[in-house]
Amino acid sequence: MLEATATAAWHRRLMLGLLLAPALLWLFALIVLPHLDLALLSFREPVAPRKYVPSLAQYRTFFAEPLYWHVFMRTAILSALATALTLLIAFPVAWTIAKLARGRMGALLFVVCLIPFWVSETVRTLGWMILLRESGVLPALLVRLGLTNGPVELLYHDATILVGLVYTSLLFMVVPLVGSLESLDNSLIEAAYDLGSGGFAILRKIVIPHAAPGITAGCIVVFMLTLGNYLTPTLLGGKNSLWFTEQIYTQFITRFNWEQGAAFGFLLLALSTAMVWFGLKLSGQRFSDVMRRT
Amino acid sequence: MIPSLPRPLWLRASTAVFLVAFLVFLFLPLVIVAVFAFNDANYPAPPWHGFTLDWFLGNDSAGRVGLFRDTQLLASIWTSFVVACWVTVLAVVVGTANAFLMERADFPGKGALSMLMLVPLVIPGVILGISILAFASRVADFASDVFGLELDFLRPGLPLVVLGQFSYIVAIATLTISARLKRFDRTLEDAALNLGATRPAVLRTITLPYLRPALVGSAAIAFLMSFENFNTTLMLVGADSPLTIMMYGRMREGATPVLNAVSLFLMVASALLALTLMRRNDRKDA
Repeated sequence: MLEATATAAWHRRLMLGLLLAPALLWLFALIVLPHLDLALLSFREPVAPRKYVPSLAQYRTFFAEPLYWHVFMRTAILSALATALTLLIAFPVAWTIAKLARGRMGALLFVVCLIPFWVSETVRTLGWMILLRESGVLPALLVRLGLTNGPVELLYHDATILVGLVYTSLLFMVVPLVGSLESLDNSLIEAAYDLGSGGFAILRKIVIPHAAPGITAGCIVVFMLTLGNYLTPTLLGGKNSLWFTEQIYTQFITRFNWEQGAAFGFLLLALSTAMVWFGLKLSGQRFSDVMRRT
Repeated sequence: MIPSLPRPLWLRASTAVFLVAFLVFLFLPLVIVAVFAFNDANYPAPPWHGFTLDWFLGNDSAGRVGLFRDTQLLASIWTSFVVACWVTVLAVVVGTANAFLMERADFPGKGALSMLMLVPLVIPGVILGISILAFASRVADFASDVFGLELDFLRPGLPLVVLGQFSYIVAIATLTISARLKRFDRTLEDAALNLGATRPAVLRTITLPYLRPALVGSAAIAFLMSFENFNTTLMLVGADSPLTIMMYGRMREGATPVLNAVSLFLMVASALLALTLMRRNDRKDA
């Protein structure tokens, strides 16, 4: 009897070990150790071939060189702008899906909104390039309508980058918003209306507080994805894109200056993490709940 | 506001206009890509020159290389496919193990581990890519300096791409499978055990069949995310380019409508995948 329990305990321990092994291997070999290594890399400076000393030189370069922090700030501000625009566009759509559409219409509209995101970002960006470039569809249409004399270049502007980023991010905003709006009880809105509230007051006092978790989740994910985007800014912004991920790529792959690239990577990671933390604090939510929502 | 309250006409009208504009915004780029795959011109731009299938079937003698003759593009589709298969298998297997670990096992540090499992989802893909690149190179250098071993799979190339994509896709698979395992009624397992079934038999005949929708769903998502991944892949890629990297390179140079053709192919493929999944779900619900 005693032997049987001992075997059972041993079995349980073996199972636990077998289940823990892949998880630990994944998290330590691919996430924790690589990031520690990246941190080490960013805090050193090559003094001779294959000889390094610990230093803050990489971070000093970032602050000393206006181009670098300029691009960094620009990326942050444009990402915040793209997040706000995405929220503005996605909210009425989510509202229609969750509250206005009747029966199957809501579900259908929801699926229709998801379809473009089954297609690769590369394909969607190709579509925008064909639409917007000087020889593209929209400039030709503008000439045809007599609005411009000759074709205008609509690519390579900051506004173009924003359009592309908002487009790519919509899904990640609509899904959590629909989730949080669906759980809002209509009778609350009706009660507020009966008590004489206008539409704006209802939105501010009932809808937004109720949807706050969804709004936060959507904004966090969209901001993070936008900040880390590479494809959309470089293709739609061309040489003017000046996106920070592009600087990381240049340092790492083109110039082979891994120390500098690692420092840039850490700065981007710090900004992204700070925004996630800030968003969570602002709405008083737990990280794990937000991640499960999206 | 909501249907049960009176809505002024202007509000209803503007909602309708907004929705139509939104749908146009959503689908215009895709429609344009698809349409210009059939334009009889060397560049995907207006005006319309008539219908052609050259960008699918054309060969060198016509001066136009269509998708089915473009060996570079076909090779990159194959590369993406192979990478996606590896990532899918790894992500689903490890994701299932993680789900059992988090839902069934108890051990010190479980809370911390479950937080750590979500971290890959908030690290920008580019940074996942460079950190894995740097760490793999360090390990490879170390092996080469100390043991004289050449670990080529740790140099930029497809194995590293698979690892890079896996590192965050498995987090998504873990969430999906855990969510379903959490809702599982464990008395079913107890009943089977009481009736004399062995543990492996219970797993095979009861628990795994129950998890099946989550397994299939996360496999489909893993495959799609791997196939479409750009950021992480860009940093880890070696000589063989997956499709997204190849397309990006050509888009920078200004490519022929063969890219529209391959895009259309991707759209049809993901539509088929989505439809199959939805039909499966409908059947399950019925």
